Amino acid sequence: MTRTRKPGVSRRATLAMMGAGAVTFATPWVARAQAKTIKIGMPTILSGRVAQLGTSSRNGVMLEIEKVNAAGGLAGRQIEMVIRDSKGQPQEAARVARELVNTDGCEILIDAEASSGAFAVHEVARDLGVLCLHTNSETSALTADPKQHIPNAFRTARQGVHDSIVGGSYAAAIAKAKGLKKWATCSPDYAYGRDTTGEYVTYLKRFAPDVEIISESWPKLFQPDYTEVVTKILQAKPQALYSCLWGGDLTSYIDQANIYALFSQMEVFAVNMADYTALTVVKNLPKGIHSGNRYIKTYPATAENAAWGDAYKAKYNEYPTNWSWENATAIMLLAEASKKANSADGKKIAEALRGLKIKSPFGADGTVTMRAEDQTLVGYAIGWGTTIPQEPYVPQVQAGDWKTIFELEAEWKKSKGYT
Amino acid sequence: MDLDALTGCLASSACLVTQTTSGFIIGMLLFLVAVGLTLIFGVLKVVNFSHGAFYMFGAYFAMTAYQFTGSFALAMLSGAAGTALLGLIFERVFMSRVYGSDVLMQLLVCYAFVLIFDDVVRMIWGPEFKSMGMPAAFQVAPLFIAGGVVPPYYLLLIGVALVAAVVLGLGLGRTRIGKVIRAAAHNPGMVSALGINTGLIYGGVFALGGMLAGLAGALAAPVRSLTPGMGFSVLIESFIVTVIGGMGSILGALIGAILIGMIRSFGSLGFPLFTEGLMYLFMVIVLVSRPTGLFGKEVA
Repeated sequence: MTRTRKPGVSRRATLAMMGAGAVTFATPWVARAQAKTIKIGMPTILSGRVAQLGTSSRNGVMLEIEKVNAAGGLAGRQIEMVIRDSKGQPQEAARVARELVNTDGCEILIDAEASSGAFAVHEVARDLGVLCLHTNSETSALTADPKQHIPNAFRTARQGVHDSIVGGSYAAAIAKAKGLKKWATCSPDYAYGRDTTGEYVTYLKRFAPDVEIISESWPKLFQPDYTEVVTKILQAKPQALYSCLWGGDLTSYIDQANIYALFSQMEVFAVNMADYTALTVVKNLPKGIHSGNRYIKTYPATAENAAWGDAYKAKYNEYPTNWSWENATAIMLLAEASKKANSADGKKIAEALRGLKIKSPFGADGTVTMRAEDQTLVGYAIGWGTTIPQEPYVPQVQAGDWKTIFELEAEWKKSKGYT
Repeated sequence: MDLDALTGCLASSACLVTQTTSGFIIGMLLFLVAVGLTLIFGVLKVVNFSHGAFYMFGAYFAMTAYQFTGSFALAMLSGAAGTALLGLIFERVFMSRVYGSDVLMQLLVCYAFVLIFDDVVRMIWGPEFKSMGMPAAFQVAPLFIAGGVVPPYYLLLIGVALVAAVVLGLGLGRTRIGKVIRAAAHNPGMVSALGINTGLIYGGVFALGGMLAGLAGALAAPVRSLTPGMGFSVLIESFIVTVIGGMGSILGALIGAILIGMIRSFGSLGFPLFTEGLMYLFMVIVLVSRPTGLFGKEVA
């Protein structure tokens, strides 16, 4: 059968022209899509008593984003942050997070919430499947509990149980040396306060079995007046006190406890004290409070950490906070994971994040790792020391050992039924 | 529940002194806020939902004055006088326009100003929390009375609040101005017909209420974190005090505040997880047994 060629443009030529036309017309769209900014949504606390920490979270993020954008962005896409105030309320945090994705078109979430809001945002991330990096919540269960686990959520913050292992062993050594057997606790009444205090006491007693908790106080989060709590502790006459109050709550508590001379009547261990937020705001900072490092530019004592702290101060005219480094780390990890995946796609970044180790000014050995098994940050610098009322505030820090942390954490997970 | 701790405390003079003082401290600050609230309601018949903002402004004014002058007395004066002026302006410009309106309308206007005032504070002083710090004169060891611990600063606080209670009570009960104010509360039309400027009285009462809340904020500033929105939780507790004592009653506000202070202080020992609940439970019991509050008058 012979095929007769019809006059005019052949089908092949027509298809070729259509193809060429499509390429010609589509190219700008493709180019524009590649150049299109990637929006990252960030609910955080920008009002109320802990607004300073929310602001410092934003600053930590923006400091790093400038560097990432200057280097080309995430796989060639410039990052645009969309930051909203959650007022520290879980329902508002969840609403804002959902709106950031659904209305504002954010492709990634930085969940810069305290634990009170982080669990709510976590459920939004579970529902929408969007890549989410929890940057402030330190409640262990958020990533340790397999029931909470979702493949698209990671944590770049400290974890309560890590702090408690180091803090508990540090406190136990002092308890044994000074004979501190009667202890009181005073922590905020929500997930972080309850979990962290429980874990701290577990490790304190593990290393110093004679310790007895004779008084517990659970003031509500953002409580204005601690008088009744202070006098209750005084009545109990403990030899030592543990607290994981933080931010404005901690400074308010210190101001009120100071006038009862509480700090001279017992040894005080306040995990969240050694952060510039509290150190610089409290007017009459008591000497000799034991604290874990939160953010201080002198620990880890490296040039990289000091330079990062100074760069932050130069830009924002104040020192960073614990939440600043945790948020900065999220961006550092995102940038490295995007490079590794050669993509700005959330799923591909998530795959690249699992097990990713990066250089970091905040690392105990100059690096931090996003542990693959539970998608939480490990290897950051943890240490405890005592405060003095002026810089460097905590002159000598005893470093925690990550080998011990890993061993005891594995045991702890087993005891909780998490493995 | 830890009844052993509570009974142990009741049997110990040291504990009784410490916890009673603690109850008075909590109560007296609440009284200063609540008495302004109750006074404004009693005379102007307005539930001033924005009252907590005056407490907040009082604290910020005091902190700022203290930063500039280093004088604790000037800080207290600035807190009280600044909020009195603010109260007067607020009443003349805004609140005077909603007198006689529906309660819902008044509440909405007041709530709008709660948000506006919080934003104003945020714009002027920033969103982060502040700390005024304790003046050097009060950075001294606490007193030990019968073994109980009593900080000197809190004695001053209790004293100022008690003086305010006495001056208010005598001022309203024994002076001519007090009589005019009471008359204006009962029959403003008649007072006006007698040639007395009721607008001045209303403005004055609102300024006085604001001043008392501002004084409470100023007294709290050395021991509490200052933050936009800090007036809200105080307002809620002040409402509870006002309702328990009876809306419009100064004596009721005093007794109600002391009771709430004691409930919080002793409740934290015996019912550590139910201290807040105890406060609300007590309010419910009072309202069920006496709907007008302990010292409230029956409304005809």
